[in-house]
Amino acid sequence: MSVIVIDKIANVGRWAIDNVMGMGRAGIMLYSAIVRLPRFKKGTALLVKQLYVVGVQSMVIILVSGLFIGMVLALQGYTILVGYGAEQSLGPMVALSLLRELGPVVTALLFAGRAGSALTAEIGLMKSTEQLSSLEMMAIDPLRQIIAPRFWAGVISLPLLALMFSTIGIYGAHIVGVDWKGIDSGSFWSILQASVEWRSDIVNCLIKSVVFAVVVTWIALYRGYHVIPNPEGISKATTQTVVQSSLAILALDFLMTTMMFGQ
Amino acid sequence: MTQTQKPLIEIRNLGFSRGQRVIYNDVSLSIPKGKVTAIMGPSGIGKTTLLKLMGGQLTPDSGQVLFDGLDIHRCSRSELFSIRKRMSMLFQSGALFTDMNVFDNVAFALREHSGLSESIIERIVLMKLEAVGLRGVAKQMPTELSGGMQRRAALARAIALEPEMVMYDEPFAGQDPISMGVLVKLIRELSDALNLTSVVVSHDVQEVLSIADYVYVMADKTIIAHGTPEALRHADIAQLKQFIEGAPDGPVPFHYPAADYQEELLHGLK
Repeated sequence: MSVIVIDKIANVGRWAIDNVMGMGRAGIMLYSAIVRLPRFKKGTALLVKQLYVVGVQSMVIILVSGLFIGMVLALQGYTILVGYGAEQSLGPMVALSLLRELGPVVTALLFAGRAGSALTAEIGLMKSTEQLSSLEMMAIDPLRQIIAPRFWAGVISLPLLALMFSTIGIYGAHIVGVDWKGIDSGSFWSILQASVEWRSDIVNCLIKSVVFAVVVTWIALYRGYHVIPNPEGISKATTQTVVQSSLAILALDFLMTTMMFGQ
Repeated sequence: MTQTQKPLIEIRNLGFSRGQRVIYNDVSLSIPKGKVTAIMGPSGIGKTTLLKLMGGQLTPDSGQVLFDGLDIHRCSRSELFSIRKRMSMLFQSGALFTDMNVFDNVAFALREHSGLSESIIERIVLMKLEAVGLRGVAKQMPTELSGGMQRRAALARAIALEPEMVMYDEPFAGQDPISMGVLVKLIRELSDALNLTSVVVSHDVQEVLSIADYVYVMADKTIIAHGTPEALRHADIAQLKQFIEGAPDGPVPFHYPAADYQEELLHGLK
């Protein structure tokens, strides 16, 4: 067997080992961040600060995007439904599209771009400026001080943001359908209310959002914590966060949609 | 080495590699209590790595690092954290937390570990900032300070919990003459006033020799000389002389090992 073939096999092996080790490190980090005993007083203050940074500061992009997506959905839906005389179904069409798919998925994609990349860059810079090492030398666990509050802030924020996205999207549809195209407001809301179910639509929306939140925040924190501490490394890690999170969101969405609505 | 004090740190037969590159090969040294010990050597020989090994942030391939008799790398995580409460480190970059002002940076470890009331913490922080001459910038953010001031603020944070040992990683690098003079004075005075054990890692020869009680010089993956500053100044070791005098030619080559120069110019880089 030639040396080139052996080298190629060795490269595949090295790639596989690196990936398995990476997954192991990510698993240990997530486990450590979750199981460390929370310190109620200090932990709450850190969590509230991160909820503001990760959640509240993401609200503008989520709300504006939700409004426009709801309006576009309504406009496109109206032009099709009106041809069948079914424009009264615009409300449920938009609400179900948002709650079942677009709400959790688009919110998670926007969250990965807005908050995920920021988390990676922040932690990467903390590592490159030795702030994480300095915490360790002060006998303070960076996983508990830095990683855990950001992880929980992401897990709490994203489902709430997804609900806000869907809600404002429905209002956007109302603006287009009722205020612009003249659909009856009473029938818009009543048909919507009759079509949307708590368990299959809203709870599933929340389940998807929680799964996306765990995955996006986990990837963002892992990429930041294990960054190569130089400008190129931080840039690469930030890009990896957005790309890997986006792909994971879309793949997991298909998987969960199959499980939830496939029958 | 004739030291009557019991060493606070003892390194025995330390070996450490990064990938294929050997950083340390069978290094042994001891850091006496209450003294300023300097570790000098050319850039890139792994002086910062040695501090990280002493602080338990890196694990050696072989050998032991004993802190007050305890093997740092065989301790549990909670034991290691207990040891770290007795030591602190001044990082080369200062490593101040950029989302906190100077006061909160210095107060950080006190709030985490001391259990003292906020009013007492405030007084301690003001005393530490006064010691490094930065009480006037307590409310400023680290990014508003010059490099030298950041290093001094980090020093105030490093001594906030009054540790037994402070490790200084290149404290004089990139400092102007005034900041350097201030830092030299501070390290010596703090060491004497608080009876600190100080480990200064640096390649600034004159500054280090002026404050150290004992000096180790590292090169070629091991210790090539050690002794008091006075003894080292008169030692007849070619490598040491080249380092202390800053001579470009000598046993330490200016050129990193490379392929034949003429060959590469004619046929290009391989």
